[in-house]
Amino acid sequence: MNHIAPGRNAGVYSYDDIDRRFVTERVEQFRAQVERRLSGELTEDEFKPLRLMNGLYLQLHAYMLRIAVPYGVLTARQLRKLAEIGRKYDKGYGHFTTRQNLQFNWIKLEDTPAILHELAEVDMHALQTSGNCVRNVTTDQFVGAARDEVVDGRVYAEILRQWTTLHPEFTFLPRKFKIAIMGSDADRAAIRVHDVGVFAKRNERGEVGFTFYVGGGLGRSPFIGKLIRDWVPEEDFVAYLEAILRVYNQYGRRDNIYKARIKILVHELGQEKFTQEVEEEFARLRGPKYRLAPEVVDEIRRRFGGPAFETLTDEPESFQAAKAANPDFARWVAVNVLAHKVPGYAAATISLKPAGGIPGDATSEQMELIADLADAHSFGELRVSHAQNLVLAHVRQDALFTLWTALEANGLGTPNAGLIGDIIACPGLDYCALANARSIPLAQAISARFADPARQQTIGELGIKISGCINACGHHHVGAIGILGVDKKGEEFYQITVGGDPTLTTAIGDILGPAVTADETVDAIEAIVEVYLSNRHDGERFIDTLKRVGHGPFKERVYAAH
Amino acid sequence: MALNDKSRNEAALKAITANRLRDGEVIFLAPGPNLGWVERLDDAALFEDAAAADTALAAAKAQAEDEQFAVDVYAFDLRVTDGQRVPVKTRERIRALGPTVRIDLGKQAAA
Repeated sequence: MNHIAPGRNAGVYSYDDIDRRFVTERVEQFRAQVERRLSGELTEDEFKPLRLMNGLYLQLHAYMLRIAVPYGVLTARQLRKLAEIGRKYDKGYGHFTTRQNLQFNWIKLEDTPAILHELAEVDMHALQTSGNCVRNVTTDQFVGAARDEVVDGRVYAEILRQWTTLHPEFTFLPRKFKIAIMGSDADRAAIRVHDVGVFAKRNERGEVGFTFYVGGGLGRSPFIGKLIRDWVPEEDFVAYLEAILRVYNQYGRRDNIYKARIKILVHELGQEKFTQEVEEEFARLRGPKYRLAPEVVDEIRRRFGGPAFETLTDEPESFQAAKAANPDFARWVAVNVLAHKVPGYAAATISLKPAGGIPGDATSEQMELIADLADAHSFGELRVSHAQNLVLAHVRQDALFTLWTALEANGLGTPNAGLIGDIIACPGLDYCALANARSIPLAQAISARFADPARQQTIGELGIKISGCINACGHHHVGAIGILGVDKKGEEFYQITVGGDPTLTTAIGDILGPAVTADETVDAIEAIVEVYLSNRHDGERFIDTLKRVGHGPFKERVYAAH
Repeated sequence: MALNDKSRNEAALKAITANRLRDGEVIFLAPGPNLGWVERLDDAALFEDAAAADTALAAAKAQAEDEQFAVDVYAFDLRVTDGQRVPVKTRERIRALGPTVRIDLGKQAAA
């Protein structure tokens, strides 16, 4: 039996035999369903909800299989398996998504049971990556590593994964349900644009508790989540979420798919009434059955293991010397490397956004290389960020130059984390059955226009996010510059928004003006950047300049030729 | 192919498409009375009038359901421009060829 021992792949939840049996049984159940579909025993109407419950969509060119990466954390071994599946059953690559998952675009229905079987061999699955259930819980890609972390959100995300998987009440919710959790004072998981956003924190006695925001979301009607409880004790974590989901399950609309998300319920009931309903349900539920016992939390935490950090000091001499001798390495460190909570270590972002590249795509060879680098430099584990990049979270600072050299040699050393080239883009009309317009070519054109790393660094923090339709998988509403593809009588146009913000100061962007063509969009972005650079004060971020000077100068410049 | 090229204005035709159940491959209804399917738009049946397309579509849907061969069967508009079959909608052009961002993939890769 395969078993990922805690410590060897530190930081990744270790399945036990019960977990493994459950996943294997689900694979065999789906294998039988596929056989019955292919033999004609099941119609497509009967089969579709079953395949969706296993992450299998039908897209433009083939079936798309979305594989769960719980809270974005992977072992090197799991990534190698994804690379192998990409090579064996797809076309040699995979696509990392804003939900911290991975999807393959060219899957055959008849291969899917075999793929799920292979995934189960490395403790992976595709459960709850589709359907009207609680989806993959997302979190900070620097969880367990960030210097500003107060609580390790992985533990509670895993508790939610176990609690919600095949939960009888939550398998057929009014719509899909997305939860994000952060354990720092910063927000790197876009907490307030999720159905439920949770901040884990500690009180003055060091006890863990949670702040709940509910009713955020993007899509057709974007809303920022409302604060409904500032402190829920750890032992009530499950009970409180259960109460929220029960209220949603009872009152959420099922007659209109566009009004079915919890954000609409919170909006229509009002924050006060919704909170009252949740509190009343919580009061009924609270008790031994739903109490999250400390020993359960401790056991989950134990199963994650922990990296065997060495006692080191920050900024070792060899690291400083490498930066001094190599400006490109120094730039990558400045942009892509984050301070670690343990001295002498760092968290490194591997950009999947080379200039002119497809955001989030990685070839099987790249995945294998990154798996090797994770083994060599980060205790055999890695993370997927919601910005569609990968992260090695525990790299010794004196190994960063070796890591960067290997990445750079394989097109993975782009120094653009958080900069204008680090574009989030949904698959758009090139792959997606729902899209109205293409997203990827725009991302490629914009990142190519701003390819110069020095220029990107000069521009500074500026998130561009692109969606190919109103469903907003590319998070355009919370892009400092957001781009939404629209169809106008068969032609692709793009609507630009500015001022969106996914962090603690969450904001939905405002539409700048009429939609423009693809070619005009790239020039419009350049114009917006130029207006920013000519108006900003020293050290001022794009969104701060925008707030200070207003939309006027940007709008005037973008539409000057119209 | 310019995806937004609408400079030509030839009369619109219709073709019928689906995804093959077993592997999801994009397929098109073939010419002839036997309701066969082909993988390339160039080999597909074209319908000059809507009534003929509707009749063929109904038959294709019935066959797909009976034989569990294809899913998501529907008709779409296309034009013949300079001898090339060009779907009117970008979506259908991408389905017929492959992703515009990976011309090494999809049907275009074998062209």
